[in-house]
Amino acid sequence: MPRYKDESLACWGNHPRHDCSSARPESWRALDDALNDDAHATRIARGLGRSYGDAALNKDGAVVRTERLDRVLDFDERTGVLHAEAGLALKDVNRSFLPRGWFPGVTPGSAYVTLGGAIAANVHGKNHHAEGAFDAWTDAIELLLPTNNAEWEPRWVSRDDDPELFHATLGGMGLTGVVRRASVRMKPVPSAHIDARYQKAPNLDAALEGFAGDYAHMPYSVAWIDCLATGGDAGRSVLIGGDHAPVDALPSVLRAEPLKLEPPKRRRVPFNFPGAALNPLSVRAFNALYYRSPRPERRIEPAHEFFYPLDAILEWNRIYGKKGFQQYQVVIPFERGAQGVRTLLDRSAKAKAASFLAVRKAMGPESEGPLSFPMPGWTLALDLKQTTRLDALLADLDAIAIEFGGRRYLAKDASLTREHFRAMYPRLDEFMSVRTRVDPHGALSSSLSRRLGLDP
Amino acid sequence: MSRGTVIVGATSAIARGVARACAERGDRIVLAGRNHDECVRLANDLHARHKVDAHAVRIDLEALDPVAFVDECSTLMGGAIDTLVCCQGFMADQGEAQRDHTLVERTNLVNLTSVVALCEAFAPRMRTPGAQIGVVSSVAGDRGRPSNHIYGASKAGVNAYLEGLGPRLRDQRISVTAIRPGFVDTAMTWGLPGMFLVADPDDVGRSIVSGMSEGKPVVYTPFFWRLIMLIIRCIPGPIYRRLSL
Repeated sequence: MPRYKDESLACWGNHPRHDCSSARPESWRALDDALNDDAHATRIARGLGRSYGDAALNKDGAVVRTERLDRVLDFDERTGVLHAEAGLALKDVNRSFLPRGWFPGVTPGSAYVTLGGAIAANVHGKNHHAEGAFDAWTDAIELLLPTNNAEWEPRWVSRDDDPELFHATLGGMGLTGVVRRASVRMKPVPSAHIDARYQKAPNLDAALEGFAGDYAHMPYSVAWIDCLATGGDAGRSVLIGGDHAPVDALPSVLRAEPLKLEPPKRRRVPFNFPGAALNPLSVRAFNALYYRSPRPERRIEPAHEFFYPLDAILEWNRIYGKKGFQQYQVVIPFERGAQGVRTLLDRSAKAKAASFLAVRKAMGPESEGPLSFPMPGWTLALDLKQTTRLDALLADLDAIAIEFGGRRYLAKDASLTREHFRAMYPRLDEFMSVRTRVDPHGALSSSLSRRLGLDP
Repeated sequence: MSRGTVIVGATSAIARGVARACAERGDRIVLAGRNHDECVRLANDLHARHKVDAHAVRIDLEALDPVAFVDECSTLMGGAIDTLVCCQGFMADQGEAQRDHTLVERTNLVNLTSVVALCEAFAPRMRTPGAQIGVVSSVAGDRGRPSNHIYGASKAGVNAYLEGLGPRLRDQRISVTAIRPGFVDTAMTWGLPGMFLVADPDDVGRSIVSGMSEGKPVVYTPFFWRLIMLIIRCIPGPIYRRLSL
């Protein structure tokens, strides 16, 4: 019998917080036991809890934490194919394989993300416009699926073997089976450093122009945008671009061992900040400071500083206080994208919702998964402190996003309504037909799936 | 040449921490456990992450042939065994063990008898000087507690055995380390009430490996348990018996 721990769990946004009963298997047998256990009607897998909303929560149900199933089962040094368990974190992938010249094809802005979570959310990174989302680098996934006799059965899926299930799983928020292992391709890199460029853009037009120009051709690009600046400064941004630095671009001290990695320095936010610490004034001051702070236009920096700047501050989510925050991330198709982004920023500025530097980038082609988030367009992400008024504001923003043909990223979501969700994801029926096929009785379920009506 | 390390009870979280710490310094490793498939996956993980030789060997402590096991390890290591770490442990629910004698036998067999058998079989076969034997015991062996003293008795037994084994093997230049973890965040303690100051098993693994390398006879891990247990051991019997620890 598996032992469960009653936990009050939240994800990265610390909102919402739900009472769940969690198991944390350390072996495949224990994983089977946790899934087969009929003490709970529903369960959902959870990695390191880095999705922001309620995707990895299961109110009054079971949560199966995969973090101890984190073994690398095989790594092929010639092809860069990594075969590993779902609980393996990208920070550990980087620690082992970056010094050998391999880097994840796609990495989100935190390395505290597991393979299983990266698959469930079909994560994207700063290179989405050029190299796609996580699915583009995923070859095969082994899912554990419920059966009629309460035993869970393993099944490998890929583009050739049950492609519908494979694609529904990438972005399927863990609802199409429990990922036990996966095979993903890594990409070869010449060094552990990034040749990074920074450019200030004094307003939104300049920022979009910069993005359409030089930055469109860089493999990695993103912009941090000060959404509290108003008037002529509205939309002022810092454009960030880069690529893996070739050895001859490195300063001579690094050239002898270009793949050598200094372990990242980390500090921790020691406690939840009081609720009033983040207010429009303090955030405005921070954003202005960030925009003005001098930085070279070009510099060689360690990969982790470029990709995971916030990982250097452990538990940074505590600055939003006990009530937490929501990250609002949408993508708006290019066609009316500039106007859409402007409208969203105007609306949130009017509500005086203080966001630290918002993040924006251009996305590339859509994935095949029916619930996959990315599509060609501008994506915008705002961090907003949780208040009693926030959900209403987010609903307004959702309505704007829908008007501009956009959609919201489920990995960050804790407030979307079913109606808005349906309008954003027109291929929902396709997803539901796969979901009903593999899990007809809804053995898998999460707080998110019940909120959005994703259970059969 | 790198060290040859044998880890018994290799699927436990503490053993995994020990194995990762050993692989980081480049040891050749044998992982022995009852669940062979798990040991194979753990060995694959060590090999893939650290490029070390890692082998899985099946071991059944309830039908243990210690000499055959040493032979098998020795063959895999090319004759050079430098480190033995015994991580096997079994903790039954105290109430169930009071009613079911077979659980008591199992507790003693896994926690004490098998450890003695392995240490005696390995000691004469290890590469010296520099050989190290480490056994994961528990702070539960330092004093008996009403809620857990059947488990505690087996751990107290192993502590006494190791206390004598250390000086006995000193002339053969084998160091013996008794490892007494406090609460560690493993499947054994997951969801148990009353846990506090719970340590990460990877940190515990690193402190075990460094304590063994320094030849310490007793390693409390995390370190502050040395102080906690010093205080608890100093409580006079009449008072201790009235406390509900």
